Amino acid sequence: MTRSDLVALIGLAGFALFPALAWAGGVLWAVDLASRMLIYGLAALALNLVLGYGGLVSFGHAAFVGAGAYVVAILSFHSMMGGSILGYGGTESGFVAFALAILVSGLLALAIGTLSLKTSGLYFIMITLAFAQMIYYLFISLPDYGGEDGLSLWARSDFGPLDIGDDVVFFYLCLVLVLLFALLKRRLVASRFGWTLMGLRDNERRMCALGTPSFRYRLAAFTLSGAVAGLAGALLANQTEFVSPAFLSWHLSGELLVIVILGGMGTLYGPLAGAVAFLLLEFALKEVTEHWQLALGPILILVVLYARRGLWGLVEGRKDG
Amino acid sequence: MAEPLLEARGLRKAFGAVQACDDVELEVAAGELRAVIGPNGAGKTTLISLLAGELAPDAGAIRFQGQDVTAMPAPARAQAGLARSYQITSLFPRFTALQNAVLAVQAKGGHAFRFWRPAMREAELREPALAALARVGLAERADVPVAALAHGEQRQLEIALALATRPKLVLLDEPTAGMSREETQEMVRLLEGLKGELTIVLIEHDMDAVFALAERITVLVYGRPIATGTPTEIRADRAVRAAYLGEETG
Amino acid sequence: MSLLLVLEQLLNGLQFGVMLFLIAAGLTLVLGIMNLVNLAHGSLYMVGAFVCAWVSLQTGSFLLGLLAALPATALVGIAVELLVLRRLYARDHLDQVLATFGLILFFNEGVKIVFGARPLRLDLPEWLSGSVELLPGVPYPAFRLAIIAVGLLVGLFLFWLVARTRLGMLIRAGASNREMVQALGVDIAQLYTLVFGLGAVLAALGGVMAGPIYAVEVGMGEPMLIMVFVVIVIGGIGSIRGAFVGALLVGMTFMLCRAFLPGLFGLFLDPAGAAAVGGALASMAIYILMAAVLIARPRGLFPAHG
Repeated sequence: MTRSDLVALIGLAGFALFPALAWAGGVLWAVDLASRMLIYGLAALALNLVLGYGGLVSFGHAAFVGAGAYVVAILSFHSMMGGSILGYGGTESGFVAFALAILVSGLLALAIGTLSLKTSGLYFIMITLAFAQMIYYLFISLPDYGGEDGLSLWARSDFGPLDIGDDVVFFYLCLVLVLLFALLKRRLVASRFGWTLMGLRDNERRMCALGTPSFRYRLAAFTLSGAVAGLAGALLANQTEFVSPAFLSWHLSGELLVIVILGGMGTLYGPLAGAVAFLLLEFALKEVTEHWQLALGPILILVVLYARRGLWGLVEGRKDG
Repeated sequence: MAEPLLEARGLRKAFGAVQACDDVELEVAAGELRAVIGPNGAGKTTLISLLAGELAPDAGAIRFQGQDVTAMPAPARAQAGLARSYQITSLFPRFTALQNAVLAVQAKGGHAFRFWRPAMREAELREPALAALARVGLAERADVPVAALAHGEQRQLEIALALATRPKLVLLDEPTAGMSREETQEMVRLLEGLKGELTIVLIEHDMDAVFALAERITVLVYGRPIATGTPTEIRADRAVRAAYLGEETG
Repeated sequence: MSLLLVLEQLLNGLQFGVMLFLIAAGLTLVLGIMNLVNLAHGSLYMVGAFVCAWVSLQTGSFLLGLLAALPATALVGIAVELLVLRRLYARDHLDQVLATFGLILFFNEGVKIVFGARPLRLDLPEWLSGSVELLPGVPYPAFRLAIIAVGLLVGLFLFWLVARTRLGMLIRAGASNREMVQALGVDIAQLYTLVFGLGAVLAALGGVMAGPIYAVEVGMGEPMLIMVFVVIVIGGIGSIRGAFVGALLVGMTFMLCRAFLPGLFGLFLDPAGAAAVGGALASMAIYILMAAVLIARPRGLFPAHG
């Protein structure tokens, strides 16, 4: 166990106690905010796999988050309102809906990745952005699912005995999923696959000369990242009990990039720290002024200019990784 | 005569108006150490990139082990046993020497769709990687990050990466580039040790090194091979003296 | 579907295309020469539109609005270059994306504070609000024609500037060889500021033109910006010619799809639904166009360099 693992473990343990603290402090509503932090953290962890470890600047991850969210909402919609999608009458079951959200987002990432990974650098940034916009407009053009106005969930997904309608239960569901993915990613990054990904990030030409074709590994990482972002989307739809094209907007893609950078790109747990910090900052600024974005913008610029290694850089010390 | 291990026929490559490779014919026999020399801008690095598959030729064909590899992409050629090193050191600077070598070993070990076992603890990766480092004299420096290695050591690691893929033939692009005299002698000893064990195509500027090591030498001028022969033959070749030695060493 | 209708939509596509070109030109120059991704370029377009609308409202003169918008936006652009972007030239694209994303947030909120949250109206003067008969019985709005004319003139000016003048030579040389230009004693920092100011003026011009057609509102820059990115990706980063061709392609595709796709979909969707989704479908069409171009030519139609 490294120092980084230890700090993350302490942080997560502290987070696990949060509902109790919030209850004691009479701010139970804050549990909802904490769930949101975890969800954004999960999406940022997923993005970090391609961004931090793969060196691929995806400016379109909102597409996968949003697709996951819409899967949950659309299945719930048909289950309540009748009708069907592709002959399927929808479901309230979280097990089915979440699995489908992961699958749909993963397939979407596979398709977008197949096209986008033919390009690199700036073209990759722009093409991922553009594909995400395409999905955004696709959902705007579906009046049956609310078009621009979005779609409300009747209730949170049904996980049998686990009632995630309860904010605290939902919080723990998020926490467990984040923990599972963080562990998975920790193994993944140290595996042959992870090293290959990092090798491609640092020196693609040499990797090719050594006998590693880049496309398939990057595509695999991109697909996995998209699938997990879809899971985050499914959670997000449940947290807000509402989905709208805003979940697919490029603002969300940008925010996820910001969160990863703020937390520490290419670090195991940095994106979680980034999500907590970013949402806390947003929350605090909103308390102070309605024009909070006027302050958030310059803060972002300062972070980019002067705090490149992110919050987790402080934890890891001077070690590079 | 046995079929050459590596063979280039009528290889051409132009960058705009510059003909970097002009009708290159090359035959390298298995086990040979072939040096390719020529003045600056003779197209030596371009030739290596063509042979390694990083550049596609405008015309001509490349055969390796009797198989036409002209259309084969670089990774597949590396898998087939054709490795290269770089004139400008091309490593993974954030990682240690051992991690660099492990990456090279695992690149050769088939696909990397293995998601669970920590690669750096796999004996089947570590041991060949350590052996490759030992081969170039870096065994003691395995856990040093690349950025902290001296220039000469980075050049050695450059060779180690090529060796770690267990190639049949290595294309070495100026292994002594930027080295001090002592470092160069060290490198010559290292290459001497590899001679006979693998087939080597060596591009080199250091003429002492070339004449000490090479069994046969090909001289490239303006992308065109003007002579191929033993060191003695090359020394005596008139065209070479006129075009190359006259120009370069005065 | 009559021929005249197609003609009208083609003109609309041309008009939209030249507007995209005005915005794309500045962005692609900055991208090609300084290797800087500036998401806030859309904000300059918004600032241009707002200043023009506000001054027009105060003075009742569209021309005064235009005359105020161009230098005001240039100043804002130069200030942004000096304060923020200058520090980003040496950074990677990711840093540039994030920092200029921050600039967007700042500008959107700033404009909201200065001009209010409600959209502004930008009215056309009498002489531009009528229409011109292109063919007997085929009227076309004068303002849209003016946009086409101005856009084409600016295009010609830019080609001349880049291909024929000393400044253009420096711009082209600066793109391929920074050190060389510096060694010749040219102040590259000043050159960059100048190019950036030029880009800002073009963006403002685009904003002024868009104002009377679309709403002048906070956030108007972003959809435009993303579309302009599509233009640049299609055309090839850094190429003025590419930006021009890309802009016309995107403009035409967008307008034709918006006009005719709903009719096509109306064959198997109810007409109201089809009409409602026309704009969204047209937007999707341009991304499909972009994907198709990139699959065939991963570096765009006119790859500029390196």
